[in-house]
Amino acid sequence: MIGAIRMVQRNALVYRRAWRGSVFFSFLQPTLFLIAMGVGVGRLVNRGDASLPAGVDFLDFLAPGLLAAACMQTASFESSWPISGKMTWQRTYEAITATPMRIRDLVFGELAWMAVRLSTVAIAFTAIITLFGVPRSPLVILAVPAAVLTGLAFSAPIIAYAATRKRDHFNGLFRFIITPLFLFSGVFFPIARLPEPLQTVAWFTPLFHGVELVRGLTLNTLESPAWLIHAAYLVSLTVIGIGASLWAFRRRLHA
Amino acid sequence: MPSTAEPFIRARNLTKRFANFTAVDSVSFDVQPGEAFGFLGPNGAGKTSTMRMIGCASPVTEGELHVIGMNPRTEASRIKARLGVVPQQDNLDAEITVRENLLMYARYFDIPGPIARRRADELLEFVQLSERANAEVESLSGGMKRRLTIARALINEPEVILLDEPTTGLDPQARHVIWERLYRLKRRGATLLLTTHYMDEAEQLCDRLVVMDKAKIVAEGSPRQLIEQYSTREVLELRFSDEVRAQLDGRLSGLADRIEMLPDRTLLYTGDGERTLEQVHTRNIPLESALVRRSTLEDVFLRLTGRTLVE
Repeated sequence: MIGAIRMVQRNALVYRRAWRGSVFFSFLQPTLFLIAMGVGVGRLVNRGDASLPAGVDFLDFLAPGLLAAACMQTASFESSWPISGKMTWQRTYEAITATPMRIRDLVFGELAWMAVRLSTVAIAFTAIITLFGVPRSPLVILAVPAAVLTGLAFSAPIIAYAATRKRDHFNGLFRFIITPLFLFSGVFFPIARLPEPLQTVAWFTPLFHGVELVRGLTLNTLESPAWLIHAAYLVSLTVIGIGASLWAFRRRLHA
Repeated sequence: MPSTAEPFIRARNLTKRFANFTAVDSVSFDVQPGEAFGFLGPNGAGKTSTMRMIGCASPVTEGELHVIGMNPRTEASRIKARLGVVPQQDNLDAEITVRENLLMYARYFDIPGPIARRRADELLEFVQLSERANAEVESLSGGMKRRLTIARALINEPEVILLDEPTTGLDPQARHVIWERLYRLKRRGATLLLTTHYMDEAEQLCDRLVVMDKAKIVAEGSPRQLIEQYSTREVLELRFSDEVRAQLDGRLSGLADRIEMLPDRTLLYTGDGERTLEQVHTRNIPLESALVRRSTLEDVFLRLTGRTLVE
């Protein structure tokens, strides 16, 4: 898909100038969380009976969760304002669709670019947690694609949503979806600690499956068929999001 | 105008309907290679919708449309490869520089790097933006942005260039620079399609045009033909004080082929404006001002629709 590669090239050209700003958000912020919570709070937690699965330290429990969450946050941010900007404010997509580029080139190009961005976040953060001695197995290599998949499962549906917005309505998305997910999807504590009905809710959130998958690969605690369910959930959400994005882009750009 | 050639663009009963209104209602026209063809009409007449269908940006609801011998429904990408599009609202990529806008656009057309770089430099020269090549798009004036948009539309050496209101919103100087560049393109043999609600623009640039109103074509021809057919050679524009105007009834009758009373002035359509003005004087009608001018497409439009173009 040469057209999708063109879209990636365009975004890379823009990113060459803007990368500094994104380093804090996607990379330094999770690292600071890891140090403050993992090392700081971890000392207190490990003293008591935290009953963390597989008897790991709090730092080891937290680190893979933050990896999945960092990908969620970067993906959500990059798929909201920038997409609606290119659709509505700058009309970049309108300009590009006046060329032989097709709508599917735009959608797959944006997702491919997102995968590139998420890979850099995941690789860098995986390197950091390796320095902290978190991984228990070489399978941690696979935590990188698992974290990227977690991000894409957010990115694809948010791109579709952003493409339908005529104004930015993303504050609600971050306040009522992304932030609660960050706090209650098993990043900081096992969802078994939630009250019974909330456990079910948490199970159905995409971040929970991303965290479980990434954590399982990092700490070598994966059991089949659980990992298959997590992966299938994330892949399905991505595929549904791609379908919705294609529909939303067509409705805006080819009416 | 080479009328024997296969038309470049051929529309038959072309129709565009949206959920609750008809934007283009069964229009038919042909555009020949090398022609500068205009769509003249007020806002909402259906000009932009017609252009968007030709540019394959909007599906045809009904009727037949062929662009460079191809069907937009099935061969959109192949058509777009040979079109240059200047949209009504600038949609330059504000996050990259002037020159990068051209180079990136060339990539969307799969133009190889060395050719793209050569063309980008030539086009920046052509639209007089060479000195701003590395500037941010945001720092350009409205006229410069328009020129860059035109340069971008030329990066694939298009056979047909679609210009949707190319000078709307620009100051007179910037408009003249654009007209002069478009005129050069025309002389090089480019086929131009443009929409406008400025009659001077249509008269300057178009070999042939259609006048659109309320989704339909109401007249077609060269600017000269349209004026001859729907107007007189000259127009006498008169302004009266309110009192004179109120008691005017009948005092002007017989002086002109046709009289149009506008809110601010009265138009007398006549073959010889100076003679008509003398006759007005001999009838002792007090004037605030009088102006004799040649007929324009504005007069044609007024005759056809009873309304002025820019309201």
